[in-house]
Amino acid sequence: MNTLKWTYEVDGSDFTRAGEASSNVKKKLRALGVSPDVIRKVSIALYEGEINMVIHADGGKIDVEMTPEKIDMVLADTGKGIPDIEQAMQEGWSTAPDEVRSLGFGAGMGLPNMKKYSDEMRIESTVGVGTTVYMTVYIQ
Amino acid sequence: MQEFFHSVTLDRDKCMGCINCIKRCPTEAIRVRNKKAYIIKERCIDCGECIRVCPHHAKRATCDNLDIIGRYEYAIALPAPSFMAQFNNLEDVDIVLNALLDFGFHEVFEVAKAAEIVSAATRALMKEGNLPKPVISSACPAVTRLIRVRFPGLIDHILPLNAPIEVAARMAKKAAVEKTGLPMEKIGAIFISPCPAKVTATKMPLGTEKSWVDGVIAVSEIYPKLVSVMKETAAKPMQPLSEAGKIGLSWGSSSGECSGILNDNYLAADGIENVIRVLEDLEDEKFRDVDFIELNACSGGCVGGVLNVENPYVAKTKLYRIRKHLPVSLNRLDSPEEAREDLMWDTPLEFVPVLKLDEDMWTAMEKMEKVEEICQSLEGLDCGSCGAPSCRALAEDVVRGLASVDDCIFRYKDSIHVLLNDLHRLERAVPAPFRTGEPEEPAKKEEKTDDTH
Repeated sequence: MNTLKWTYEVDGSDFTRAGEASSNVKKKLRALGVSPDVIRKVSIALYEGEINMVIHADGGKIDVEMTPEKIDMVLADTGKGIPDIEQAMQEGWSTAPDEVRSLGFGAGMGLPNMKKYSDEMRIESTVGVGTTVYMTVYIQ
Repeated sequence: MQEFFHSVTLDRDKCMGCINCIKRCPTEAIRVRNKKAYIIKERCIDCGECIRVCPHHAKRATCDNLDIIGRYEYAIALPAPSFMAQFNNLEDVDIVLNALLDFGFHEVFEVAKAAEIVSAATRALMKEGNLPKPVISSACPAVTRLIRVRFPGLIDHILPLNAPIEVAARMAKKAAVEKTGLPMEKIGAIFISPCPAKVTATKMPLGTEKSWVDGVIAVSEIYPKLVSVMKETAAKPMQPLSEAGKIGLSWGSSSGECSGILNDNYLAADGIENVIRVLEDLEDEKFRDVDFIELNACSGGCVGGVLNVENPYVAKTKLYRIRKHLPVSLNRLDSPEEAREDLMWDTPLEFVPVLKLDEDMWTAMEKMEKVEEICQSLEGLDCGSCGAPSCRALAEDVVRGLASVDDCIFRYKDSIHVLLNDLHRLERAVPAPFRTGEPEEPAKKEEKTDDTH
């Protein structure tokens, strides 16, 4: 055994539940004795990803794979897709609707934070088909 | 790792082995074994939730009894701010302070006074700007202990200042040595405490090698006796003793410490479950614009401590009433350096990873895989009948070698079912020589009717 796998369905209809996957992963990493710094990076990156899936894609699926060397996260949705990834990566750029902003989300920091807190990040997106974000955080 | 002392202990005779406490414990530190609760001491943070919830009063706090006052040549009472909120129609804090002298103490030093000094030091430190924001209060020892075992990423955020009780003990004892000429060991600083976590904090302090507090008396222990003394105290002329203002007294209830920061950019949460939610969110950096966070394990703050006598919310109202006509603060730091040795932590707080499955991450991963496998096989009702607070906790205990999967009542029932089926099958399977009726072809081996467990 050298890989642990966890899968989470993100419910797009309930804002208050966004963050369940990241806090569950956090608990597990803590039990595994992963360093606090790595736990923090993983949980923030995942949390931002979950919020994005709820705001923009009506939910999706998160796969987390962990080895003693690294943690890979794949966040896949079948939402509307990102037309211009470079623009979406800019701090402050947001297409979140007003009702989401009124809750304090949609500040345009989601993707930039995911990039900041993960060691590697790649986005695949097709308009009308969906978006998949690949993030990796190294343990050592 | 330092030894763990705990104020919260179990009265084995009273414990019925029910599951009320295991479900409430915020660190999953309690198991029921052989019909008695058992506290895993590395995990316990002395928050007192189990004392609060136990219907049989089997959980108690170890405190000193009143005899401790007589053990010192010069005994100083250190009443907590929340103590002032326990009395009916109290108009003046001085009545309580004078009554403590009549009760047998040689001097009183209000913890509220020290709290105002801690507030001043907090303001000074925050102005220096070297602390990572948001700064988390270090006043509630249960919260500090919770962070130490569960939120390692937040340890740097904890205000590195001694709690008011510790500061009060140091200031009071130093002053008493000067005043009386007695050696330090003849002087006793005795805290009148609303909570068991403070007892632990004096026996096993965090942030300092040794506490200056010599004894802790529970509010509930001294209250009834003091009330009868107070009637006489109030009838005669009293010394003006109180040296604390609004800020000091406010520390007795939630958001009181925040009021002493003199900055509106704060957050105050109380009740251990709310505290955990705030810490979880804080760990995920969900608050970005808060300067100071005050967290109290008890609902309502220290007025909610399990050793108090008054309803926490009534006490809170009383506290507001008493402080109404007081000046904002009566204490300040003349020079920050002067007070530093009494105030600043001298030993840093270290993460104690009591929740991890194994020292080695590789082994921990294997164990976690087993935990998940076992979890899948359990009902997921989190009924607690196995003595662990949840199915997952049982699975972890099994993997740690502390429990058996058969502790699960549903698994046990399944095992009995399998056993009964086996018995039934055996009963039907009469060996060939004893069968009745016409002989037949030697029978094929009978197929098993159920799975082998």
